[in-house]
Amino acid sequence: MSGTFLGTPKFPDAARAALEDSQLRRNLAHATSTIRTKRGTVVGEVEEWEQLRLAGEAIKDRVLRHLPDYLEQLERSLTAAGATVHWARDAAEANAIVVDIARRHEADEVVKVKSMATQEIDLNGALEAAGIHAWETDLAELIVQLGDDLPSHILVPAIHRNRAEIREIFLREMGKAGKAAPADLTDEPRRLAAAAREHLREKFLRAKVAISGANFAVAETGTLTVVESEGNGRMCLTLPEVLVSVVGIEKVLPTFADLDVMLQLLPRSSTGERMNPYTSTWTGVTPGDGPQEVHVVLLDNGRTDVLADPTGRQALRCIRCSACLNVCPVYERTGGHSYGSVYPGPIGAILTPQLRGVGSDPQSDSLPYASSLCGACFEVCPVRIDIPEVLVHLRGEVVEAHKQASRIPSVQDMAMKAASWTLSSSARTGAAEKAAGIGGRLASKLTRTAPGGHSVLGAVPGPASGWSDSRDVPVPAPESFRQWWARTNGGRDEA
Amino acid sequence: MTRVGLMVTCINDALFPDTGKAVVTLLRRLGVDVEFPAAQTCCGQPMVNTGYFAEAVPLVRNHLEAFAGCDAIIAPSGSCAGSVRHQHGLVAERSGDPGLVRAVEGAPPVYELTEYLVDVLGVTDVGAYFPHRVTYHPTCHSLRMLGVGDRPTRLLRAVRGLTLLDLPGAAECCGFGGTFAMKNSETSIAMGNDKARHVRGTGAEVLVAGDNSCLMHVGGLLSRQRSGVRVMHLAEILAQTEPVIEGPGRAADERSVGTAEVAR
Repeated sequence: MSGTFLGTPKFPDAARAALEDSQLRRNLAHATSTIRTKRGTVVGEVEEWEQLRLAGEAIKDRVLRHLPDYLEQLERSLTAAGATVHWARDAAEANAIVVDIARRHEADEVVKVKSMATQEIDLNGALEAAGIHAWETDLAELIVQLGDDLPSHILVPAIHRNRAEIREIFLREMGKAGKAAPADLTDEPRRLAAAAREHLREKFLRAKVAISGANFAVAETGTLTVVESEGNGRMCLTLPEVLVSVVGIEKVLPTFADLDVMLQLLPRSSTGERMNPYTSTWTGVTPGDGPQEVHVVLLDNGRTDVLADPTGRQALRCIRCSACLNVCPVYERTGGHSYGSVYPGPIGAILTPQLRGVGSDPQSDSLPYASSLCGACFEVCPVRIDIPEVLVHLRGEVVEAHKQASRIPSVQDMAMKAASWTLSSSARTGAAEKAAGIGGRLASKLTRTAPGGHSVLGAVPGPASGWSDSRDVPVPAPESFRQWWARTNGGRDEA
Repeated sequence: MTRVGLMVTCINDALFPDTGKAVVTLLRRLGVDVEFPAAQTCCGQPMVNTGYFAEAVPLVRNHLEAFAGCDAIIAPSGSCAGSVRHQHGLVAERSGDPGLVRAVEGAPPVYELTEYLVDVLGVTDVGAYFPHRVTYHPTCHSLRMLGVGDRPTRLLRAVRGLTLLDLPGAAECCGFGGTFAMKNSETSIAMGNDKARHVRGTGAEVLVAGDNSCLMHVGGLLSRQRSGVRVMHLAEILAQTEPVIEGPGRAADERSVGTAEVAR
């Protein structure tokens, strides 16, 4: 996966910095709650939403079951329609293919449609290294690129920025990259969009090569689809002479009719709209209309490894709508950068470690734990990815990988082993509770009474400080429930 | 005769025994002679959710042995009921022991308390009395893993004297999340503080929920903030009844007489 996030610390440490960023907290809380409300409204008006979700799940599962067949069919359909198909095992191969195509056309710049796959492989970095400028044309991607920033959301990569910040970025940076922003630019959304439009127009008209991803690739017809809101995609997909699309292998759909389900699920889940403003479809080359040289790069980059895991593979159903990010209480407070990947939020927490390989680095291994397992993500997922199930499964994989890698058990390994030993016998559990009850009585001088009469401890040092710095600690009951039951014959002797 | 086993849960056993006692009181009042299989310990959720599937196996076996012979299991916890219902099968599958898989499949059904009251006993008015202003937090596992829906609020609305206040953002997680509260404590606290803020905004004196684990977290924040709001498990409210006051005149009447005398 992308190296752009290299150096991001483990999730709890990255989150700590984000939690202290008041501007970020405010921007995210406002933006996610707005999208959540919009999504709730437009999903609520579809009576058969659950049936649509089930259909989406079934289509994607069928694709994953027969992936090699559908990919070969897609290749045949694309080739027959005049496109050139390339296969890329990893980021390096995919980048080399795209750089090579751009070089053959002596391009020193390309225009880009917003694409997660090209973010994932850091194509822009590879192009830059080859002396080719890649211009992002999606408004939010443009903001991120001009600000020398990293994306923090799948749909709205600049969600962590507010319009005042965007105005400053435009005024400061646009002139260096092309047409400057007007000096009297305000932070009015319409003015900001107009400045971006002016800035991008000359790039659209000049570029010979465009690069896109695809939301869907239909095996039956060889049709690629891009769904967008701003029309920048339509410009990139129609004006330049050469079009290169980098497509993850899981994006394939069996038939054109499957778009019927997907194009209902995606916009409502994603932007909270009934239908997105621009849906572009193209099937290879159409003589005299649009790009006359069309390439499709089919990208693996870890996906077949994900496919090999029967529980984890459901992550490949993802259609990148970002509904899970918008409902996630962890994402809302920590932002996308804390996840150290172009795929943040709940889906990132299950996709990133799988694409990179569980056990490959401590940052990726911290991601499956970056969730309270509240389940809000599963509830909104249009293709019914049971994200909490995969998170728990991956935690198991992380623990196993660490056991394999080191003979010395970690503190956590020992604590869990000890807890398992104690709690697998009621005699040992009872003894531990008695000891805790005595401890609680000994600590009575340190406790105070919380509303309702429970004894609690305030801030305590040591390993419990993570809990007790902000939360009072309940003191073990002097008499456990099992002791009470035994002493009173289940309460019958008490009265 | 139907044998109903109380799965009190380890956290209630050690930290909140009053919740277990309240369940016993409540069920007996409703005519259910609940048993407490003493061999029980913990459902294993802490291990599973931390990724220690192998370490959860002895706990799953212990659960199966402890409740063997019961026709139904009642747990005053959405989270622990959810763990037995959804995670024991996963633990058994990963253990590679087909015998354990079959045993889990054949285990007695587990009900979260409100499911048992509303679905099995068919009651919403359990004869409770609690003259206080309360707000209810639907815990994530009861709401989304089990889908208890409006059962808890139907039970609460039938409690005499109780005023139920709407909690803004009720469906949002409080931030407890088991080991999440320790591993990602600062994010957990940020979530919990927002929950506590909403609770305080309702003006309720009691925050009620069906999981003491979540209440331990939000309650810990509320008491640290000296908010004056207390937390209670739903069972403890449902177990309370109107005190029977002896004598010809009721205490409240006597008090008012006394006040009148002073005024004269």
